[in-house]
Amino acid sequence: MKNYLLRHLQVFFYTLGQLARTPFSSFMTMAVIGITLALPAGLYVLIDNIQTASVGWDGKAQISVFLKPGTTQQQARALETKIRHLRPVESVQYISPEAAMEEFKRLSGFGGALDALEHNPLPAVLVIRPGDGHSDPESLQGLVASLRGFGDADLVQLDLEWVKRLHLLLRLAERGVWLLAVLLGLAVLLTIGNTIRLAILNRRDEIEIIKLIGGTNAFIRRPFLYSGLLQGLFGAGIAWVLVQTGLLLLTGPVRELATLYASPFGVQGLDTPTSLALLASGALLGWLGSRLAVGRHLREIEPS
Amino acid sequence: MIHFSNVFKRYESGYDALRGVNFHLEREEMAFLTGHSGAGKSTLLKLITLIERPSRGHCVVNSKNLLKLPRWRIPYFRRDIGFVFQDHRLLFDRTVFDNVALPLVVSGGNYKETVRRVHAALDKVGLLNKEKMYPITLSGGEQQRVGIARAVVNKPPLLLADEPTGNLDEALSDELIDLFQDFNHHGVTVLIATHDLRQVRRLDRRVLQLAQGQLIYDSIADA
Ligand SMILES: Nc1ncnc2c1ncn2[C@@H]1O[C@H](COP(=O)(O)OP(=O)(O)OP(=O)(O)O)[C@@H](O)[C@H]1O
Ligand SMILES: [Mg+2]
Repeated sequence: MKNYLLRHLQVFFYTLGQLARTPFSSFMTMAVIGITLALPAGLYVLIDNIQTASVGWDGKAQISVFLKPGTTQQQARALETKIRHLRPVESVQYISPEAAMEEFKRLSGFGGALDALEHNPLPAVLVIRPGDGHSDPESLQGLVASLRGFGDADLVQLDLEWVKRLHLLLRLAERGVWLLAVLLGLAVLLTIGNTIRLAILNRRDEIEIIKLIGGTNAFIRRPFLYSGLLQGLFGAGIAWVLVQTGLLLLTGPVRELATLYASPFGVQGLDTPTSLALLASGALLGWLGSRLAVGRHLREIEPS
Repeated sequence: MIHFSNVFKRYESGYDALRGVNFHLEREEMAFLTGHSGAGKSTLLKLITLIERPSRGHCVVNSKNLLKLPRWRIPYFRRDIGFVFQDHRLLFDRTVFDNVALPLVVSGGNYKETVRRVHAALDKVGLLNKEKMYPITLSGGEQQRVGIARAVVNKPPLLLADEPTGNLDEALSDELIDLFQDFNHHGVTVLIATHDLRQVRRLDRRVLQLAQGQLIYDSIADA
């Protein structure tokens, strides 16, 4: 048993040495694998980030009632009271046009430029949060309908809708990423399979000799399997670096955007479990690709 | 050690390379296999090592029935046979030491024992001082001796050689054949296919002669 492990270790380091001896071609293969894996991994992380960002809004519906321009503060307050007494409503918040302008100035950074406007173009808004028991689509639709009935309401917007739509889109995108991952995984399999096939053909003489002096198929297979596994692993490593670098480049702009929306959201890189999963799938694909190639081509090589 | 009875070999091309060959080679015997080019010498050696399968007849080598040996047993079967090729078939990207060690590595021997045996084999063929060199830097005779060291390093009971003296001058050929004789004195069964009738006469060992796939002369049977 100890001997067996020792032999595997030997083959492992021998294969590592072989890869290091042809750094250029090894790197080419690994880079191809890296780029191929980086694509689904990067998209996955991106979608994951968007999901995290939107998780705070999940289910918490919010209805904005934009009041007609020219609605006085008294009219607005009266409407506020009326709405507060509607059954499904938990809270109503009145935002005057001035307050809306202040907030917009603060968040947009346009500050002084907005002072140049002759009059405030923003309408007053009532922000309504429905109670916990009333956030299902039917009750919300009913509430929206009754809000539309008030004369002073200009536009009633159910904010849940775009969240819902976003979630649907995300789910669709996620499905797409998985599909892409399967296809590109297949591409990795073929890349490695081809590399290993060439390696086998290159070492045809060596394989014949080893067969002649009593090497088993398992013995001949081993270095090729390790080679595929290592190339897949290093390829996944390159993919990891690519994804992390890409996310790092996004961090700055995203933080600015988040500040604009007063969101604490920041870009999350690949976490440890995802990183490990990426490396493991690279190694697994490498092993599998070379296993398929070896199985096919080793049988064809017989000493003569 | 080798029992052939009524062995036929037809290649896929339809050519009959061996036709009804019968002979026994006992343990610890040494024999030459001679015949003109194309007579079937290499074919016969290939049957013994299971590089080719016989088409018909009965072959037993080292107590194994070659017709019944399953594919997966072939590697283990070959570990008991040392094979010397005319073109040495060394690995040129590995040192002399690594080349000779290959049969031991393949069967998973431990490192200390491997080193000991490789040194013993290289010592035997007089190349102990060249273990770290690459085969390409050696002369033809030296390369052939590396091939022999590789064939005997795991002490197989049977040693086969196909034209081992093909490209060598007389002195080197003598040295090489003496080496085979020496292994035979240590109990190894030896079968050498060769054109080199000078060696055959010099050693006065058993001779098997093939012509067009048939065994036409056996010095023991015909004596
Ligand atoms: N793989 C093969 N397919 C078809 N015919 C073959 C094959 N190998 C050998 N032969 C034929 O079988 C015959 C015997 O070949 P073999 O190599 O055994 O001869 P040999 O006695 O070793 O000759 P030499 O002294 O030239 O090495 C030859 O006519 C050869 O053309
Ligand atoms: Mg021949």
